[in-house]
Amino acid sequence: MTMQSAALGAEKPTSWNLFLIFSRIGLTSFGGGLSGWLMREFVQTRRWMDEEEFLNGLAISQALPGVNVTNMSIWIGYHLAGTSGAAASLAGILLPPAVFAVLLSVLFALLSGYPLVHVWLAGAAAAAIGLSLSMAIIAVRRVRRRVLPLFLMVLVFVMVAVLRLPLVWVVAGVGPISIGLEYIRLRRSGRQA
Amino acid sequence: MMALLWDLFSTFVPISLVTVGGGQATVAEIQRQVVDLHHWMTQAQFLNAFAITRMAPGPGSLLVTLIGWQVAGFWGALVATVAMFGPTTILLFTIAYFWRRQRGANWQLALEGGLRPVAAGMMAAAVYVLMGALEGGWLAQVIALVSTGLVLFTRVNALLLVLVGGVVLVLCQMAGLA
Repeated sequence: MTMQSAALGAEKPTSWNLFLIFSRIGLTSFGGGLSGWLMREFVQTRRWMDEEEFLNGLAISQALPGVNVTNMSIWIGYHLAGTSGAAASLAGILLPPAVFAVLLSVLFALLSGYPLVHVWLAGAAAAAIGLSLSMAIIAVRRVRRRVLPLFLMVLVFVMVAVLRLPLVWVVAGVGPISIGLEYIRLRRSGRQA
Repeated sequence: MMALLWDLFSTFVPISLVTVGGGQATVAEIQRQVVDLHHWMTQAQFLNAFAITRMAPGPGSLLVTLIGWQVAGFWGALVATVAMFGPTTILLFTIAYFWRRQRGANWQLALEGGLRPVAAGMMAAAVYVLMGALEGGWLAQVIALVSTGLVLFTRVNALLLVLVGGVVLVLCQMAGLA
């Protein structure tokens, strides 16, 4: 098994390979945790990238705007097979799940005559909010326990949730301030070290 | 039709560019645009679409695909998807190149650390808005909280969780609780 995966690691995948792999991962990734699956596939099983390359890509994907998973697909695809690899990976992670989601919504629309289907969907939405809330809790816990970052976090929450300001303004306004403060802090701590 | 497609496009491109910390963060803004501003969907329709994308595999931001589909059929779905994923794809392409050269530079760390509070605030706002849109009263809220606990403290399968959440509400309704 180890021999086999080591041998596989020697040859790089084609764009078509990448499309198939990302389609499979896209279609079987229910409810998130995609980064974990990608790492397992590309680093551990196939050995097409090493851990550091992968984690670097993950850092880029998270820091830049965009959906982390699609960013990550582009990064991996680009890394392994250039521009066409990136396009193939992106298509794989997006298209099959998009078609699936549309079919599912058509199915529910057909069933909408039954009141219980509506109740069931409301319950499913409630449980799905649990997923979102747990992600929000994790994100909040990752914020540094200092007055300024916590203040900025609460500020963003109030602006978006309560005042319902356009998100573009909020991010364009608060984002640079937060990044600037962090930059100053890093430079200060760098000088002390 | 063209005007509608253009509306979809120009609504989702800016949102795409401020998606920091994952697609989850933009749900509050998408809801504001789609339900409050453009009246493309009712609160209930929006929540249904949200539930469906959480049940379906793939990125949760495919929510915009469903919105596009609802608003303008196939072309709506296509335009909304391209608007949501296109701009960041181009941006990522450009920046990935420079990023690889200056690994661990201060500006990278500042970007990561600085965006963290912003993303956390946005994600909390998403939950706040979704909770407000929730139907099914206190029972649905209890389901949401129990599900949060299960996600945080167990390794429960997410699809199973969402499916069972629906079943629980149906059973409670039939038992006359809600």
